[in-house]
Amino acid sequence: MNDAHQGVGAPLPRKEDDRFMRGRGRFVADIKPAGIREVAFVRSPLAHARIRGVRVPADIRDRVFLSNDLEDVQPIKAVSALPGFKSSVQPAVAGDKVRHVGEIVGICVADTRAEAEDLVAQVEVDYEELPAIHDMLQAREEGAALIHDEWGDNVFLESFVDVGDILAVAARAAIKVEREYRTARQCMAPIEGRGVIAEWDTRLEQLVVHSATQMPHIVRSGMAECLGLDHGRIRIIAPDVGGGFGYKGILLAEEVALGWLARHLRRPVRWIEDRREHLIGNANCREHHYKITGYADADGRLIGLEAEAHVDSGAYSAYPFSACLESAQVGSILPGPYDFEAFRCRTWSSCTNKPPILPYRGVARTGVCFAMELVLDAIAREAGKEPHQVRLMNLPPPEAMPFDNITAKHFDSGDYPTCLKKAVDAIDLSGVRDRQKSVGPDGRRIGVGFSIFCEQGAHGTTVYAGWGIPMVPGHEQCGARLTPDGELELRIGAHSHGQGLETTLAQVAHEILGIDPGLVRLVHGDTGVTPYSTGTWGSRCMVMSGGAVASACEALAERAKKIGAALLQAEESEVRVEGGSVVALNNAMSLVDIARTWYLKPQDLPIDVDPSGLEVTVGYKPKVDTGTFSYAAHAAVVAVDVEIGHVEILDYVVVEDGGVLVNPMIADGQVYGGTVQGIGTALYEEMAFDERGQPLASTLADYLLPGTAESPDIRVLHMETPSPYTRFGQKGIGESGAIGPPAAIGNAVNDALKEFGAEVARLPITPRRIIAALEEAGA
Amino acid sequence: MKPAAFDYERPKSLAQATGLLGEDPYGNRVLSGGQSLGPMLNLRLVQPKCLVDVRKIPEMTVAEEDNGALLLGGCTTHSAIEDGTVPDVANGMMASVAAGIACRAVRNKGTVGGSLTHADPAADWPVCLLALGAEVTLHGPSGQRSLRLQEFLRGPFETSIEPGEILSRVRIPKISASARWGYYKFCRKVGEFAETMAAVLIDRDRDIARVVIGATEGRLIVLDQGFDPALDFDSGQAAAIVDEHLPGADSYKRRLHTAALRRAVAEATT
Repeated sequence: MNDAHQGVGAPLPRKEDDRFMRGRGRFVADIKPAGIREVAFVRSPLAHARIRGVRVPADIRDRVFLSNDLEDVQPIKAVSALPGFKSSVQPAVAGDKVRHVGEIVGICVADTRAEAEDLVAQVEVDYEELPAIHDMLQAREEGAALIHDEWGDNVFLESFVDVGDILAVAARAAIKVEREYRTARQCMAPIEGRGVIAEWDTRLEQLVVHSATQMPHIVRSGMAECLGLDHGRIRIIAPDVGGGFGYKGILLAEEVALGWLARHLRRPVRWIEDRREHLIGNANCREHHYKITGYADADGRLIGLEAEAHVDSGAYSAYPFSACLESAQVGSILPGPYDFEAFRCRTWSSCTNKPPILPYRGVARTGVCFAMELVLDAIAREAGKEPHQVRLMNLPPPEAMPFDNITAKHFDSGDYPTCLKKAVDAIDLSGVRDRQKSVGPDGRRIGVGFSIFCEQGAHGTTVYAGWGIPMVPGHEQCGARLTPDGELELRIGAHSHGQGLETTLAQVAHEILGIDPGLVRLVHGDTGVTPYSTGTWGSRCMVMSGGAVASACEALAERAKKIGAALLQAEESEVRVEGGSVVALNNAMSLVDIARTWYLKPQDLPIDVDPSGLEVTVGYKPKVDTGTFSYAAHAAVVAVDVEIGHVEILDYVVVEDGGVLVNPMIADGQVYGGTVQGIGTALYEEMAFDERGQPLASTLADYLLPGTAESPDIRVLHMETPSPYTRFGQKGIGESGAIGPPAAIGNAVNDALKEFGAEVARLPITPRRIIAALEEAGA
Repeated sequence: MKPAAFDYERPKSLAQATGLLGEDPYGNRVLSGGQSLGPMLNLRLVQPKCLVDVRKIPEMTVAEEDNGALLLGGCTTHSAIEDGTVPDVANGMMASVAAGIACRAVRNKGTVGGSLTHADPAADWPVCLLALGAEVTLHGPSGQRSLRLQEFLRGPFETSIEPGEILSRVRIPKISASARWGYYKFCRKVGEFAETMAAVLIDRDRDIARVVIGATEGRLIVLDQGFDPALDFDSGQAAAIVDEHLPGADSYKRRLHTAALRRAVAEATT
């Protein structure tokens, strides 16, 4: 790697932090065009109802917009080509029926948000309440009310995977563990909520939308479809965005509504989401249910797995990922990194009267990992083995790499057994076992738990072509150009909202050109000036944008060499790019001087100089595009207060293999943040609904997020097994932290409770659920 | 989540304040620290005509010892108590309880009077000050009246305050040097409202042995007769008290209250 230690592998401080730490970032809510009007939405208070009518007082009718005002707007349709998938039709503004609390029924416009809310209070909607589908299992019951009348049932998609002879495995299994698990519906909670500003540019005849989004190009495609505009008539700009995690990886009904409104009013309009609408109507994710059976031999070696899994997908299929993503993924990723003989899994993506679920950091993996890893611990208890001992029997050894697992997932590289053993050592398993021999004076019980899992990142064309959803990632592109003063401008279509791409992509450029990362400027988040991209999702940016930046810099180096060689009076074959200069045998010229000459003093260039210039756009795809497989082992030690059910995390270890780390400090940050979110999934976060489909949390006093006091010191250890397929051997690791904690903490709690014969099986693991498990076990 | 429009007044005296409240006793509201009222305004759960900000009234921030008791103005902040800028009459109990309220930002603004009039059963001051035997003074258009806190707090979010009245002062009797106290609360995360809480005061020189259980779904439980905590006070005794006084609580809440009571007593007796 580079000597100056600013390239790939350097823990370079983040360039973007200077502006963020000084409060100089610019987010959607900081932007206020002259004459802007504020929007508040009339939202449904009911989960399932027919709209009989809407009464708007005559004196405010010109500031309130209803479904029939938007009749030329097409509904959002996120289709999938998977067999049997039923598509939903999601209007930007509901007209005849509402399908979840918080669904938009009307748009109110005023000079201030408070006045817009005053208008909302004056709109009277006459609802005929219908029976609500409040649960993913109830959705499939005989005679259940239909959410989309034309479907005939409430299932977006049913899928079935059957590999190996599960019946034979079941017949010979010495250990059979049957469990039922449930994960909670959660609300992703980036610090910045959503926000949209839309403005009609009369000069360009173009709709300009500022939106807090992770995928401006995909939002443009979706809005083009809904508003009937060509792509060129829409420009989406994502300025600084305060965290995404998947919450901003969709096309919003609000974006479509404001796009229409700006064009209709010929005035800029703005909507800034508040925490209440975020919680009750918008941010749902994660809710799974499993009936799962693990089959093992007498040693505890897993030989087969059978499962029925439900995903509560909510009322609509969200654009672009669709309502199939999470449930069909469950079927393909439930086996995790383990090698075993037979797997049978049926999944249902249930439609319910709740807000649509969105992909949240880790997507289906967090629930899958929880189900799989708790089953393995139950097997270990039956077999009288340590949890890691049973796992080691099924983890693929490094010599098996690349390894295709039972569902044909192609694991590119890694040493899973070593990763787990490192976690066992780091958490000091034998020390914990010693401590468990006596109960301390506070009466708390100590428990230790592990999880190991993989994270597929940078899924490519071959993966997504099969889903048939509105988006398929192809070649990721980067536009690179030297400016007249010798700065390097990198233009990418993905977006950085916490990932640190302004720093890491500058490190990649430095790696190729030797240019000072301080001279590299990243331009991103604007469809008007960046190449097309599916955006930031699926832990793809360091692999895809990183690869594209490297390729573009290499192409730019060739251009600079041509001009440099001409100016240095050397043969092109004699020069190379190094340390930010074109270097010949006896002399050198900096890229700064080459750029200045090219742009500002063309008279100094030879007459026959190559005319291509100092600007390139290059596409990139890894050699094998099925995705990188990073992986990690998590280990937790907890103390459980068995009188009140409180769980304290005493120690937490993550052993992460993200391949070659472009910036280890940023990678640590990704792991810390994700792990705290995973702790939220494990212990705190739950958006419950009552039988009428009413959300039971509407503020952050009811929806608990982990804070600093609930976050332990997380110890992160790294392994760096390079991916054989990517530019520098890097792998996506953005989501991994959020995947492992519920399983590791759940196993640790069950380890602590094992003397009582009690087990928890539902997330989050609240004091009430721990007490219930103890009472059920008679303790 | 923006409030409906309201007027705002900042009177300089209690007389002015009661006058303003009297203009529309049901429509106008007292603003103190605003830590509960603020979110309620934003959620439009309350839509007052006028907010009467009482923080600039000198009597509302007094903190002085008087005749064996501490007199605290209703607008005394939690952080003033936490930081010990008011006299300590409870052997450190109030400072300790204050330090555990929500987070520092809330403590800098939130007030004792606001907490008592809001009467959230899972808040700290009602439980702590019941244990200390506090009294409140209410200032209204026709003068002032004093009530024992136990009479003032009528139930969850319900007090004896009349429209137009202001809680101007809290009187907290000084406890003996030999008195012991215990306080235990359990929150799912730091700074949240409690799932259970218990306060104990054992002041033998003043012949007081009192426990209070909070975070109940109904009235707070105050026991000051026939309760004699001893070193051997155990879970069984605690459970018996909880079962007798909170028969409607579910098994989880009973278990929590029992643990809180036992732990608070243990702190006061060991």
